[in-house]
Amino acid sequence: MRNDSALLGSAMTGKTRKFDPAEATKFFTARGHSGWLGLTYSDHGDDWVELELPWREDLLGEEGQRVLASGPILSLMDMASGMAIWRTMDEFSAIATLDLRVDYVRPAREGASVFGRSQCYRLTRSAAFVRGLAHDGDAEDPVAHIQAVFMKIAPQGPVVPNG
Amino acid sequence: MAEPTDMDALTPYARSLGIRLERREDDGTPVMRVEFDETVEGRPGHYHGGATGGLLETAGYALLRTELERRDRSALLKPINITVQYLAAGKSQATYAKARITKLGRRSANLTVDAWQDDPQRPIATAVMNVLMAEPQG
Repeated sequence: MRNDSALLGSAMTGKTRKFDPAEATKFFTARGHSGWLGLTYSDHGDDWVELELPWREDLLGEEGQRVLASGPILSLMDMASGMAIWRTMDEFSAIATLDLRVDYVRPAREGASVFGRSQCYRLTRSAAFVRGLAHDGDAEDPVAHIQAVFMKIAPQGPVVPNG
Repeated sequence: MAEPTDMDALTPYARSLGIRLERREDDGTPVMRVEFDETVEGRPGHYHGGATGGLLETAGYALLRTELERRDRSALLKPINITVQYLAAGKSQATYAKARITKLGRRSANLTVDAWQDDPQRPIATAVMNVLMAEPQG
């Protein structure tokens, strides 16, 4: 198997990137689950994207504790990971989460935004591998670490009948 | 006997997402349900992976609370980790989830959770989660 990410990387050397995470975030958060969460663009690099999840009272977890639930962090990281993959591919194509692991290393601070930063470290013809972290202001002191694998829904190649 | 109410089993996050208690099985295991609407939608017409994950986690916490209550134990539940396997796209219809406790220790619990749409035997996603059971604060 050829190294797709290397081929993609060399093909894009010196070219302006087409996939703009800041613009794409506006599009993806205009509606749906990401819109409901209120995710916004924060930062990006060549193969990573960071999104922000603003503090919200109705996203708390266990009753009586002023701590963000874990579910929104999972959604934030899923979305940041998708964006990191599109950034790395430099195009938008349909992908689906295959496997996502989140380690919650400490609670997020009350009232703080949570930032989800994900990096696509390997891209193949059919799969994308990502790792990332969530933090509440200091990326050196994360609230969660994640690892995930996504599959491309319509890979290049023969079209599957009724696919 | 104190039967947990619908709302007791749910976090503010779960209520906000539209998750509710569908029913309890004979052994008390809660079956959670979420309707398909814009709050759970990712790719048009399909569930967002995060929403499916939130439903799985909620079903896990609901079962763990039920079991702790049955044993007269009180604890603050804190997430340690979760691994979600996405098996099929969540289509635009209601999704259900229920958990099974694999191990209930003193300080942590290990749970396996399934989410399905048409057929409980054909899950669209499964999760394994570890939950810390901390001493309630005085």
